[in-house]
Amino acid sequence: MIFLTRHEHFNAAHKLYNTGWSEEKNQEVFGKCANANWHGHNYELIVTIKGEIEKETGFLMDAKKLSEILQTYVCEPLDHRNLNMDVPFMAGVLASTENLAIAIWQQITPHLPTNVKLHCVKLYETPRICVEYFGN
Amino acid sequence: MSNKVAVFRKEHFNAAHRLHSDKLSDAENAATFGKCNYANYHGHNYDLIVRVIGEIDPITGFVIDTKVLSELMRVHIIERFDHKNLNLDVKEFKDLNPTAENIAMVIYTILKQQLDNRYDLKITLYETERNYVEFPC
Repeated sequence: MIFLTRHEHFNAAHKLYNTGWSEEKNQEVFGKCANANWHGHNYELIVTIKGEIEKETGFLMDAKKLSEILQTYVCEPLDHRNLNMDVPFMAGVLASTENLAIAIWQQITPHLPTNVKLHCVKLYETPRICVEYFGN
Repeated sequence: MSNKVAVFRKEHFNAAHRLHSDKLSDAENAATFGKCNYANYHGHNYDLIVRVIGEIDPITGFVIDTKVLSELMRVHIIERFDHKNLNLDVKEFKDLNPTAENIAMVIYTILKQQLDNRYDLKITLYETERNYVEFPC
């Protein structure tokens, strides 16, 4: 078993807002993160896959192909977008870092080769705040 | 020998913005600013470094009390910019494109008004880890 990690980044706007709550309740729970006109972040994404090394290539997976999957299915739909308004796979989901990490996991897994498992999606919202998701 | 010393203070704020010029057509805006022009905004973690140069006060030993500088930055910049939409929520950008260059100049103008004239001020603003600007230069 070996692990391979790839770093990517994207910049996006969002707000934390529960549409089932009043404005007051949203302000109380989410504070300035509920600002009506959004705010934004430089997100740093760290994706780790795991599996056995292929004898023919010496690779777990071609890192360039992993990068292409992350670009096509994660960064391209998210970069310079509004997470609340523009991203189909976040529609109806509260745009917290936790929920975004799980959505990114779901975006990646269908596209990995059968010998490779996704191990961890680590997502930094700021240099000081990050979440990790291991698929369960 | 000069007893001028540069004092630096770092702060950060997170904000949404988009790049758009009213002087350009939609097509020209898209061509000029690319994905930074997307209609529904995107955002950044901005890192702000303020440099104040001045002579050391012989009584206090300070060029400027960093607590005072921090408070000026917090009240006049961070509270007004953090978790805001620069285009919609910050009046200085009502008719000014919020590029990193213009944000740095706006921050300079705001802080310059708050500081004694004896100080020399410089703003460094990181929009991302890879893109940053300085004003004045």
